[in-house]
Amino acid sequence: MRVFRHFVSGVVATALLLPVALSAQELRVGLALEPTSIDPHYHNLTPNNALAREIFDRLVMPDENQQLKPGLAVSWRPVKKTIWEFKLRKGVKFHDGTPFTADDVIFTFERAPNVAQSPSSFGTYLKGKKIEKVDDYTVRIITEKPYPLMPNDMSTFSIISKKHGQGATTADYNSGKAAIGTGAYKFVEWVPGDRLILERNDNYWGKKPQWSKVVIKPIKSGPARVAALLAGDVEFIDNVPTTDITQLEMNPKLNLSQGVSNRVIYLHMDQFRDDSPYVKAKDGGPVKNALKDVRVRRAISKAINREAIVERVMEGVAIPAGQLLPAGFFGVSANLKPEKHDPQSAKQLLADAGLPDGFQLTIHGPNDRYINDAKIAEAIAQMLTRIGIKTAVETMPKSVYFKRASRGGPNKSPEFSFILVGWGAGSGEASSPLKSLLHTYDKSRGFGASNRGRYSNPEVDQLVEQALATVDDAKRQKLLAKATEVAVNDLGIIPLHYQVNTWASRKGLKYLARTDEQTLYTGIVSE
Amino acid sequence: MTTSVQQISVPAGAPTEAAAVKVQTPFRRFLSDFFESGTAIAAFTVLLVIIFIAVVAPLISPTNPYDLAIVTVLDNRLPPGTRNLDGMTFWLGTDGAGRDLLSAIFYGLRTSLWVGVMSGLIALCIGGTIGLIAAYFGGRTDTLIMRIVDLQLSFPAILIALVLLAVLGKGVDKIIIALVAVQWAYYARTVRASALVERNKEYIEAAICLALGHRRIVFRHLLPNCLAPLIVVGTLQTAHAISLEATLSFLGVGLPITEPSLGLLIANGFEYMLSGRYWISFFPGVALLVTIVSINLVGDQLRDVLNPRLQR
Amino acid sequence: MSVFIIRRLLQSIVVVAVMSLLVFFAVNVVGDPVDMLINPEADQAEIEKTMRAFGLDRPVHEQYWFFLSNAVKGDLGKSFIFGEPALKLIVERMPATLELAFAALLLAVVIALPLGIYAGLKPDSKFSKTIMAGSILGFSLPTFWVGLMMIMVFAVMLGWLPSTGRGETTSLLGIQVSFLTWDGLRHLVLPALNLSLFKMSLTIRVARAATREVVHQDYIKFAHAKGLSSRRVILVHLLKNIMIPVVTVLGLELGGLIAFSVVTETVFAWPGMGKLVIEAIQNLDRPIIVAYLMITVLMFVTINLLVDVLYSVLDPRVRLQDVKA
Repeated sequence: MRVFRHFVSGVVATALLLPVALSAQELRVGLALEPTSIDPHYHNLTPNNALAREIFDRLVMPDENQQLKPGLAVSWRPVKKTIWEFKLRKGVKFHDGTPFTADDVIFTFERAPNVAQSPSSFGTYLKGKKIEKVDDYTVRIITEKPYPLMPNDMSTFSIISKKHGQGATTADYNSGKAAIGTGAYKFVEWVPGDRLILERNDNYWGKKPQWSKVVIKPIKSGPARVAALLAGDVEFIDNVPTTDITQLEMNPKLNLSQGVSNRVIYLHMDQFRDDSPYVKAKDGGPVKNALKDVRVRRAISKAINREAIVERVMEGVAIPAGQLLPAGFFGVSANLKPEKHDPQSAKQLLADAGLPDGFQLTIHGPNDRYINDAKIAEAIAQMLTRIGIKTAVETMPKSVYFKRASRGGPNKSPEFSFILVGWGAGSGEASSPLKSLLHTYDKSRGFGASNRGRYSNPEVDQLVEQALATVDDAKRQKLLAKATEVAVNDLGIIPLHYQVNTWASRKGLKYLARTDEQTLYTGIVSE
Repeated sequence: MTTSVQQISVPAGAPTEAAAVKVQTPFRRFLSDFFESGTAIAAFTVLLVIIFIAVVAPLISPTNPYDLAIVTVLDNRLPPGTRNLDGMTFWLGTDGAGRDLLSAIFYGLRTSLWVGVMSGLIALCIGGTIGLIAAYFGGRTDTLIMRIVDLQLSFPAILIALVLLAVLGKGVDKIIIALVAVQWAYYARTVRASALVERNKEYIEAAICLALGHRRIVFRHLLPNCLAPLIVVGTLQTAHAISLEATLSFLGVGLPITEPSLGLLIANGFEYMLSGRYWISFFPGVALLVTIVSINLVGDQLRDVLNPRLQR
Repeated sequence: MSVFIIRRLLQSIVVVAVMSLLVFFAVNVVGDPVDMLINPEADQAEIEKTMRAFGLDRPVHEQYWFFLSNAVKGDLGKSFIFGEPALKLIVERMPATLELAFAALLLAVVIALPLGIYAGLKPDSKFSKTIMAGSILGFSLPTFWVGLMMIMVFAVMLGWLPSTGRGETTSLLGIQVSFLTWDGLRHLVLPALNLSLFKMSLTIRVARAATREVVHQDYIKFAHAKGLSSRRVILVHLLKNIMIPVVTVLGLELGGLIAFSVVTETVFAWPGMGKLVIEAIQNLDRPIIVAYLMITVLMFVTINLLVDVLYSVLDPRVRLQDVKA
């Protein structure tokens, strides 16, 4: 056994002796997830958005902590509650030399929500908004109701060139014909599944990018990606598997960059059915849905040892969660702390709820969606079984899981009773999870779209809706924090931990770890 | 196309020395032939031990790795030989969920063998019956059945199993169904091939002349004479099924993670390979390897001994 | 012969049609592609709009009819995820997979065939026993596990070969191939070997079994008696006769190679259609799954037909007709 360990360290040591043959300005990257298209408006998906941001620019560019920073817009302000004004950057040129003006922004507003066959449209961020040109470098965006999240929405989609974008199809972007933006990198070539090549835009308006050429290789399998880095086939990889982090940290030839993400991993519980399909009595017979009782939900939360999950399952690479977003994000509460592990009180709570002997439960979760998702589900089942809630685990590929979790039951209701899910706040503030996960399910108004436990609390609803109509930042912050406190104290969901993402590079390079989990080539810099 | 297969599925065995002079029952002769080779004896012994372990796994395992009240993540990823706070020693270490690997391997063997053997047996029954029917009735029945068999065989087993399991979900019963679905055709083809030869022999003609029922002729007369190749294919397919189950687990479908087979243990430990925690997939890997190799060796010897072209 | 081929072609069309039906309904049972496609922040209206855009709100038989009427015109639908014709995406990736499969096949023939014949000629020698033990290992080890071990040893530890991906490609008759460049060849070695391992074991065993059978036939004994050199006997008389089972098995297994490349391509990040389809399965990109399976079925049917034809060329005794006893 020792011998094998030597073998492994030998493996790593030999890798270090390899000459790193690359020109100083060329970067080769191994990506876990490949973009599905070069068209920036085709698919609202993290890898696509990250790439689009490099080739094109946004009006507002969120920095690594999702703080909004000027992009193609230099400043913005609400001129009235329903009108936002954006001042555009002057002197910016597209890759072909044509100047950027308000017309390009207006054209983008037309195209972005209307891409043919778009699997996930940017219409989400553009509906209900009208744009007006004031002059070549000023636009106004008008909504019917007060809309505080305007700058956040304007940070989600890329601005394209009107000249090249008119009549351009997704295929035209993929071939490179229309892929002409103002961004830090120019598109060179894409061979799907094999490689994607970018080159530096020497006339970039912002900080000059470091790499003259970036070659991106999609390597989906985690161990293979790490092996490619160790073998020197790439200089940088994203999504380092948690299992390899300790080993890579010890490697003097490599450098790791880590950062907490905007993604919380949480449990949702069936709170709308009296007879929940996966809640059973101790003997397997039918029982009233125990999850509707707040004491039982609290018992579950107390039974979970978040520290152990973080330490043992996530190998220390996660942060125990007490609410919907980690500290530092807009709208988080200062009063909420992660629930302490307390199996004794958990048992007491169960007894108080009239279930001293516990009951049977099944936890459902995906096995290919979040970091170590299946293992987390298994650990939770162990912890609940110990306080008397005999828990079975059923994990499945995300392709099967999400349909069943969202609408696999009768009348398209959620099928499961107790599920493991994650939520990344794309907007970088608390209204995103509150609106989708904890507001009462309301199809007609677009609330609670991912409220798979159908949690419903009028107080939360009212606070969330009020926040979404409050343009004043300080007031909105308070309302969001209050809504979070009410919902979390009522255990509308049980937060487990915030994901921490890890990137690895050869020594001498580092990455500005991003909360939005994007991998940006402009973010890879020399130490 | 099918004729060729006839030749492959029953290749020639070893030409051996003069047969023993003593008068022997066929079974005795089979035994003495079988245990002629040292490798076969070794393989057979190992296989017996493995089967024994699988059967008595709950009795000899230090812990029950499937009991979530005992297994805890606090004990996970411990190297071989570690003692935990309760004074329990993990001789082969623990896996990512905190299961004692020794116990998990014993239980995993049980699951893997169960999956392999059950899927093999059921596929043998279904495939065998279909093959016999095709050979016995011939004509259009035969053509139709063999077209379906060809269709099935022309389709990558792993893809069928993937799609099926995606539909069915997880569980031992489900993976058995999937493995039966991809295996029956092999048996059907094998049985048909040897039954076709038997079908034209006189004893079958005689049975038909006696106006015995179809069922009786097929199962009482035809079947016993086609058993030999079936046993050979059965052994090898069992090994193949166990390996296929491992691959399916690697691809994320198959068994529930709380009740891992050997294949699932390896697949789960796979991600730890580069991190230096070799034991999580190494020991189950060795167990799987030994199991499959011994089954294959026994199957090989069976093939040599039972080869009808080598009637001594 | 032509009657036979025409009949088989007609049968093949039926097979493909039946398959399309089975596959289409099977993939429609699993999950809902919208959940895989859409950004989680989209609201209910947005989700329904996307479902309508892809026709997912229609009943399955209607979707199938739509698919079928387009398929007849050669249009197998557009990928949900890439928005491009599924057929185009698969065809683009086909050369990479075929290159890998043929390289694996070549390895199996070049390495395993001589080994198998040797083991068949000298069944009791130490080397033969080693060969057979090796072939059993090749059968027993799961492909994915061997793949990673290979990466660890040859790429990470020894640094001889690149770990993943496809190397530099050049155009050969308009097809992008990588085996003509040094870089491409280096990238090809490990995945081809990994994919080939199972087939090598199989070839060794088939060649050995066939050799042992043929060696005792009268014409071989006669050839020896006639005073022909062993080399000539082996290369001409023996090889010719064992080629029948070997060609059959390898032919049938070529399909298996293409199917199993799913695993190898995943481990080695090889940009072939196996990786495309496994990702399509994971993301429920139904048009790609259906198109891929249709194409594989078509390929299998063609290969089987070719094997039968080749078979009759190799062995004049075999007449091309539907197999009867």
